[in-house]
Amino acid sequence: MALVLEQVLNGVQLGVMLFLLAAGLTLIFGIMGVINLAHGSLYMVGAYAAAFVAQATGSFLLAIPAGLAAAALVGMAIEYGVVRHLYARDHLDQVLATFGLILFFNQLVVLLFGRQPMFVQIPPALAGAVDLGFFSYPVYRLCIIAVGLATAGALFWLIQRTRLGMLVRAGATHRDMVQALGVDIRLLYTVVFGLGALLAGLAGLMAGPLLSVQVGMGEQILILTFVVVVIGGLGSVTGAFAGALLVGVVDTSLRAFLPGLLRGLMTGSEADALAGGVSAMGVYLLMAIVLLVRPKGLFPAHG
Amino acid sequence: MDEPRTPAVTKDAKPPRWRAWAPYAGLLALVALPFAAQALGQAALTTLATRMVILAIAASALNIALGLGGLVSFGHAAFYGVGAYAVGILTTHGASGAPFLGFIPGSELLGVNLLAAMLASGLVAGAIGALALRTSGVQFIMITLAFAQMLFFFFVALKAYGGDDGVSMRRRNALPGLNMRDDMTFYFVSLAILAVWLGISARLFHSRFGLLLGGIRQSERRMQAIGVSTVRTRWLAFVLSGMGTGLAGGLMAVFGRFVSPDMMHWTQSGELLIMVVLGGAGTIFGPVLGAFALIGLETLLAGWTEHWQVILGPALVLMALTFRGGLARLGRRREGP
Repeated sequence: MALVLEQVLNGVQLGVMLFLLAAGLTLIFGIMGVINLAHGSLYMVGAYAAAFVAQATGSFLLAIPAGLAAAALVGMAIEYGVVRHLYARDHLDQVLATFGLILFFNQLVVLLFGRQPMFVQIPPALAGAVDLGFFSYPVYRLCIIAVGLATAGALFWLIQRTRLGMLVRAGATHRDMVQALGVDIRLLYTVVFGLGALLAGLAGLMAGPLLSVQVGMGEQILILTFVVVVIGGLGSVTGAFAGALLVGVVDTSLRAFLPGLLRGLMTGSEADALAGGVSAMGVYLLMAIVLLVRPKGLFPAHG
Repeated sequence: MDEPRTPAVTKDAKPPRWRAWAPYAGLLALVALPFAAQALGQAALTTLATRMVILAIAASALNIALGLGGLVSFGHAAFYGVGAYAVGILTTHGASGAPFLGFIPGSELLGVNLLAAMLASGLVAGAIGALALRTSGVQFIMITLAFAQMLFFFFVALKAYGGDDGVSMRRRNALPGLNMRDDMTFYFVSLAILAVWLGISARLFHSRFGLLLGGIRQSERRMQAIGVSTVRTRWLAFVLSGMGTGLAGGLMAVFGRFVSPDMMHWTQSGELLIMVVLGGAGTIFGPVLGAFALIGLETLLAGWTEHWQVILGPALVLMALTFRGGLARLGRRREGP
């Protein structure tokens, strides 16, 4: 029972990370109609900037603003320099341009930091575990869950309750009308892109102490984020939230429990091989099932 | 639905005369290439050209889905890899004598194995297409990418066939009467397969099926209104496209005597897309030009600096922002709306 709860928490932790990326990706698509493959690069930029500052100063508190600022600035620069010219183009051009950006950023990181992964210490104040009644759980992971849920809450408040959110919602459904009413839509686009980049950077800097910070970390999570967005429904932040938690929990539990379950049915080595394959494919199978039942995802945007 | 920006093959009003001769001149250059390479003492040029020819088959196959059908598949590396694994697995079993799955006999014959590669990748494309074609636009891009990634992880986990390390083959598949170990022979075999494939796709482009696909790409609703089963036509195009890509993957496996999950890495899908767009989506020879141009550019840049992707990346961005229509449309009159 304790093990199950622990794995569920691990799943939720992966889920909120995925949500931070999926929310940005789905907002950018929902409002601007752009598919941004370089979203994973922004995650990587956040992680590297935070890791660099943390290693240089030894302070994780300084690393947080560094990671956030780096991701948001690079994001807005990408919007201004490249993505802005792609709004009216078909998705193929967007895929090619942002694919080029991925190659560029990955190789730039190799140039600047080398191919060796960087490791970041968990900040001392958050190291250790907390006793949750009948099992103990790392404080840092609990913090990620808390930050993720708080960010999700703030994002929903921003979208549903503020003027900026109103423009975002209106821009997603009636782009031309918003522009006709005198809103500077280009500024709105840059701001939304920067917001998406900020969220990706937040996920990246939080992932640093858990995973190794290395080239290619962005694409690994980007493809999982695509699965989340497709399951949740493209353009829907609610869908991104539900999809992220679902994918996080399913992925984590398959990896944790499947080998044990299969070992009851067959010999150890065969079970491990099969379990490895199935759990790696699990979330993609989940996506296939969702597509069969609801081709537009669980929470389709715009009806 | 987004309208792809370029029409498929259209009958141009009086193209310049050199355009009619360009394919033959290109073929002649390709036939002469290995002899020239030998005369210059640059044998490595022949293996480079073989890679280009094989990838040209893959790009040309992707073009059926992308250029003709307007299906932006970001997962064609999966079919490339499945074709390669089909050859790799059959060859391993052919060498050891034990049948695959207990009843499928292995083989070391090139013809048999390439047919198996097309069959396997066609089956996989059929399954993926049936699911992915329920969506369109950006979702289709994401889903094809996700399914390709799923297969990537499947083969990484497939420890029976090397897992991460892949499968190595002791010798190249045999083609009776030819010495396939000779790189020049292998180059000409690949070139012949490319020529046959291009001939088939040229027929396909001008067939009823090709015209239907073009029609669906331009306006699905109208084609439905005149009674075309658009879903089935698209699915068939996707499967054909997957089979051609699998053929290229199988040939590449024989060429390098090696298969690994890296062949279905998502960047491979991206490179195939770039080849098609760079050369000219929807044209018959465009993807071939694109494959030669991209591999050539990569090889040049890689010889110059280890960090060649820092240059290639922005070059791709520039290409996507400014370059329309592709290499194959150079010298052609601007097509009307």
